[in-house]
Parts: sequence; C-alpha cells; structure tokens
Amino acid sequence: MEENKEIIQVQGISKKFGEIQALQEISFSVKEGEIFGFLGPNGAGKTTTIKILSGLVKPASGLAFVNGFNVISDPVRAKESVGVVPESSNLYAELTARENLIYMAQLYGVPKKEWESRSEELLREFNLFDRAHTKFQGFSRGMKRRLTIAAALVHRPRILFLDEPTTGLDVMSARGLRGIVKKLKEKGVTIFLTTHLIGEAEELCDRVAIIVKGQIRVIDTPMVLKMKVQDTEVIEIKMQPMPATITKEMEAIPGVEKVTIVEDRLRLYGKTLHESIGSIISHLDQGGRKIFSIQTLTPTLEDAFVKLTGVDAEVMRIDKPVKMGGIN
Amino acid sequence: MRLDWRRAYYIARKDLQAYYLKPPLISWGLMLPLVFLLAFYLRNPEGISEVSPGLLGMTILFSTTSMAAIVITFEKRIDALERLLLAPLSLRTILLGKGLGAAFFGLAMGLIALIFIIFIFGLSVSYPFSLFVSLVLSCFTFSFLGILISVGVREVFEAMTLANFFRFPMIFLCGVFIPLASMPLSLQIVGYFLPLTYAVDAFRQSLLSAGGLLNRWLDILILAGFCLFLFSAAVAVFKKRTQE
Repeated sequence: MEENKEIIQVQGISKKFGEIQALQEISFSVKEGEIFGFLGPNGAGKTTTIKILSGLVKPASGLAFVNGFNVISDPVRAKESVGVVPESSNLYAELTARENLIYMAQLYGVPKKEWESRSEELLREFNLFDRAHTKFQGFSRGMKRRLTIAAALVHRPRILFLDEPTTGLDVMSARGLRGIVKKLKEKGVTIFLTTHLIGEAEELCDRVAIIVKGQIRVIDTPMVLKMKVQDTEVIEIKMQPMPATITKEMEAIPGVEKVTIVEDRLRLYGKTLHESIGSIISHLDQGGRKIFSIQTLTPTLEDAFVKLTGVDAEVMRIDKPVKMGGIN
Repeated sequence: MRLDWRRAYYIARKDLQAYYLKPPLISWGLMLPLVFLLAFYLRNPEGISEVSPGLLGMTILFSTTSMAAIVITFEKRIDALERLLLAPLSLRTILLGKGLGAAFFGLAMGLIALIFIIFIFGLSVSYPFSLFVSLVLSCFTFSFLGILISVGVREVFEAMTLANFFRFPMIFLCGVFIPLASMPLSLQIVGYFLPLTYAVDAFRQSLLSAGGLLNRWLDILILAGFCLFLFSAAVAVFKKRTQE
C-alpha cells in the first residue's frame, strides 16, 4: 500500500438547499487506510458531504475525487470503489439477510460464482450466519446496522462511508460496531465517518475535521486538537441545585472564559482558572448550593471542540430522530 | 453510461419477489380489472367480445401503473431507492429495472385476462404476433407512466390517487368502453394524445380482426414512441428530483 496516498480529495465544495447554505467551500483530503471523521452537530453538513462524495447529490461548485474518479462527471466509476452505509439501515424488509447480500452483489457486479461464498463470508464475519434466512424486518436495530455495513462491503470497496454509524444503537451494539470499524481499518479499508459523538470520533478517528454550519473549522489528529487546548485549565464541579442562570453567573467571574453543563456537573474553562477558584467556591457558597466534588480535568477532544467551535458540547449530544423505516 | 440489462433484470426480479403480494397491488392491480372483466361478462355475455380489447387494456394499465407506483413510493419511504442510487448503475438502468418489474407484472395480469377472454368467453385471437407485441409495448409504456407519476409523491395512497387522476379519464377517452369515433371531436383529440387509445386499438384489431382507427402496426409504432418518451421523461424528472 502506498503511504499517504490521498484517496479522497475535495476542493472548494459548496451546496445550497433552497435558502440554506449546507456547505461553504469545504476542502479536505483523506489518506488511504485512515479513519477520517467528520465531527459536527446535527445540520452541520456531514450527510450532505457524504451524499456528494457518493455521487447522490451534485454540488453547486467545487471538485471532488474518490479513488481518482471525479464524482461529479464520472459518478458511476467513483461508486464502484465505494461502499456507503447511510444513516438509516435501508435494506429490503421482505428479503432475508442472505437475499439482501446477494442482491447487493448483483447490483455491484460481483461475479455470479462469488455471490454465495461472499454473502456467507460476510454473514459469518458480522455474526449473522445463524440468521441468514431471517427477513431483514425481523432483525433488531443493531443487527440491521451490522447487515447494512456487510451489504456495503459486498464488492470489497477500498473506501467505506459511514454516516452516523452508531446513532440509535444501544451501548453494547454501538461498542460492537466500533469494533467492526477498527477491524475494517486493519484490513486496509479507508473509512470516512460522520458523527456528532465526540467520544466516538476520539476513539476511532486518525484525523478529525470539525464542521459547523457548513464550514470546516479545523482538521487534525485528535491528539493535536487536544494539544491546542492544553493551555486551558478545566475544572469540573458536581453540585446541586443547578439553576438555569448558573452559566451566566460563572462566566461573570474573572478568569472563567466558558462554562458548560454536563449532566449534573458544571465544567469551567479558563487560562488562569486556578487563580479564580476561591471566587468560584465563595460564589457557589453564597447561593446556598451544595458542592459534592471539585476536580481538575485533562483537556479532551470535547474541550477542544468547545473551544474551537464555540458550540456547546450538550448540543452535540442531541441525537437526530432515528428513521424507523419499514414497509406497510 | 449504457443500459445494463442484466442488472435491470436483477432489480425487476427483486421487485417482483418483494412487492407482488402487497395489498394495494392486489386490490388495484389484480382485483379491480378482474372484477370489471367478470361484471361485463355477467351483464352481457354476448357483448363481451366488443369490450374485451378495452378490458385487456384497462387490466394492463391498472396492474402496471399500480406496481410501478408501489415499488417507487415504498422504496422512497424506506430510503431503499437511495440504496439503488448509491450502486454503480446509471439512472436509466435503475428505472429500466423498475419498469421491467412492473411490465412483467402487467404482462402476467394481461395473460390472465387473455385466458378469461379466450377460454371462458370463447374469443379467438386473429393476429397473435401483433397482439403479443402490442401487449409487451403497452406494459412497458404504462409502467414508465406509473414511474413518472410516482416521482413526486412519497406515500402509496398519494401515488394511487395521482395515478387515478390519469387512469380513470383514460378509460373514457381511449375507446375502452365507448368507441373513440362516437365521442365529440374535442374529446377525440384528447384521446389521440393518450397511449391507451393505441393499445386498445391494436388489441381490438389483433383480437377481433376488426377495423381500427389506424393500421395496427402504426398503433404499435406510436406505442413505441410513447414508451420511449415516457421512459426519457421519467429519467429526466428523476434526475432532477434526486439532485434537489
């Protein structure tokens, strides 16, 4: 495998849907064999980017190349080397797991003699072999997701697009799926994934592009992004009660630059936060609030995200409604 | 990119496997034409030969457009159509596959209607070859009409309502029950712009050896023109919609 070959190249892509500017001249490249993450809140332009790169939507301007093929002028050739796992698990409800995989093999031009063996291989790999003859509509959400990924790999693509792969999954299914993604990388598949889950991006991605309102704010490895906020001190306070005005109250204290609420904890950011700790505690004491714990934190990718985008981390935790699909 | 007939066939086969038992298809595509066929026979067994070509045309029209509408709207609703668009296939291949599935279904329904007409109603076929060609062409033409109708809607009932907006007027304007020549000139002109007119005319001549509006091969040629036009229109509209 050639080192550092850019297998996806995007130059100045813009896209508008009516009055909404979905993407504003975004540019980036993805290296062969890496997991590249698109991290941003819902509506940031992540899915639009995948739709453009997979030839579903034409951009208003700009260029995009996938595996050397121009996705705008030659989308069919570009699609041959790509597998796409959309946000909704959209295989055919009336077909069994095996039938779905064979149908995908037919559509992607897999030689006939390989249909059976390839579908069996994927069913085994994704722990679905014993459910090969179960109809897709009878699967749990996690199994549907696994089969949808298997279907995207039927033609052995060099690049896999994963749109919000763990959205709507329970903790165990999501963990299992992240394991699958890591194994695919080990096999040399280049993975482009979108997520609004900062922890997921930090765990899986070699590099992350942070996208907000159709613009890429920064692209780097999670490690470098975290280093960008190394000069920022973070203090987390567990307390009760947590009034709605608390963030404004805290931000009024000199030295506190940003405040976020994570569940029942208050997270404060600032370059000289250690100098303000006395003022913070006395302010909370005056308000009759009960402090359970105070701790300093090592900056995480979430901290980097908050600092670089100004977007509250809580916004990122809001899941998109999961499409239920299904045929009546 | 050129049409890929093999992959279009795979799409058609999957559609038939997945959708032929859907309730809206059974009621609109199978029961309605057969009920019409039986109702006309029971009302006037001697006069059935006169309306048989029209009933055959109606059977094909309802079965193909229903199948096309159901396939497109169901798949749009569950995002399965997006899956097809992600595959390395041209839009023409995808829509040919969708049309092929609906045309197969319509042909099967047409053959059932023909079995009734020949073996139960006792009619003979005067020109089997032209009947077969006109049947196949009609099936494709109405399938592409069904696809075109379904492009802009998302729910099956919307597609069926919109399809009926075209199908029911066609029953009265295309010589299914009332000969075109006996209608006012303004309606005759409208009838000449509708494909069912030429399908019914070709069926009438092929089944009954009766005189028609045009030579039956000219009917078939015009049907072929409608088929190409509706296919091209469906591809163009679909392309525009998917890029939005």
